[in-house]
Amino acid sequence: MLSVINDPEIPVVTIFEMGMLRDVKITDKGYEVIITPTYSGCPAMGIIEQDIKMTLEAQGVRPVTVKLVHDPAWTTDWMSNTAKAKLKEYGIAPPLHSSCNSEVFTNNIIECPHCHSDDTVLMSRFGATACKALYQCNNCKEPFEYFKCH
Amino acid sequence: MTQEQALYKYCLRMGDDALIHSYRLSEWCSNAPILEEDLALTNFALDMIGRAQAILDYAGKIDGKGKTSDDLAYRRKERDFYNHLIMELPNGDFAYTMARILFVSIFEYYFFSELCHSADTTLTAIAAKTVKEVKYHMAHATDWALRLGDGTDESNTRMQQAVDELWAYTGELFETDDATAILEDRNIAVDMGMIRAKWKTDVTRILTEAKLKVPGDGYNQTGSGNGVHTEYLGHILSEMQYLQRAYPEAIW
Ligand SMILES: [Zn+2]
Repeated sequence: MLSVINDPEIPVVTIFEMGMLRDVKITDKGYEVIITPTYSGCPAMGIIEQDIKMTLEAQGVRPVTVKLVHDPAWTTDWMSNTAKAKLKEYGIAPPLHSSCNSEVFTNNIIECPHCHSDDTVLMSRFGATACKALYQCNNCKEPFEYFKCH
Repeated sequence: MTQEQALYKYCLRMGDDALIHSYRLSEWCSNAPILEEDLALTNFALDMIGRAQAILDYAGKIDGKGKTSDDLAYRRKERDFYNHLIMELPNGDFAYTMARILFVSIFEYYFFSELCHSADTTLTAIAAKTVKEVKYHMAHATDWALRLGDGTDESNTRMQQAVDELWAYTGELFETDDATAILEDRNIAVDMGMIRAKWKTDVTRILTEAKLKVPGDGYNQTGSGNGVHTEYLGHILSEMQYLQRAYPEAIW
């Protein structure tokens, strides 16, 4: 049931595909869903919590509590390949596979999700949400977002 | 002081740093010189508020009195805040804000990198995430330090002024106290001496490259470890805590 819940910031992927859904426990007090936040300040966490409760309780699974667990820390490597493919389809370049996060300092090649050209340029390390950077494609001239490796 | 009390204070210091610096950066929202900068500064503020929430929630758990991060943020008085003084200083001009981000982010980068090896697994998880975020803050502030320092006479003068004024507030970042001593013995806290040397090396390199003078070490402002703050924190709290004080149980 939980696999239908989307990431409110990127509605094409589910929280399961993002790798945020860690565990579900059945206790004598009810159901406990354990999730790991993606980014420290991600404002979507509150909405995700609500969505989980509403989805489960609407199906008669109750009472539900949602617990945030920070350890171990989420990384973009937990995103499934399906999630990465869907991101690309949606027009967001998926994160490079690497937890080393050295891209802050070096200019990695990010493929344009529209025309697949490698000739792209970083416009701003910061985009509309904490997890994305802004790029522009020199080939098709389209701007696009890149999901930062994290 | 018990280990719990020491850890509680250690967490408040980290959490309050993130909370108060975040507050200052969010004041730039819609006031930054260009749109990209508005996004960058508010992105940083968001990183910090998330970090503050995670650390203060943990502090509440350690304290064991059922306090949430909101309780700690909105219902403590000035003397119970332990953020370093540098975080609460007014934004000044853009150069001043950037110089502060530069000094703080380099400190936080080394601090949280070390904290990744702490014996406390909640702190290591928060630290791992923070390091990734702080790298962006550091890269961004370094770019601006170079651009402003090695820019026009005007931008160089302003950046130098910011560096000189903030310098006396940087020593406090490396202070230790009874709490850190207890936690260091148990491999929970970070060795400040080592971080200080690395911080100085990096800052010297960046300022020199930016054609800025590295101020000499002199008098350092201090007090926040005992909850003694500049006049500015009270003003921040009176605004930040207004709603919770006027309507104590208000929720969204
Ligand atoms: Zn393209």
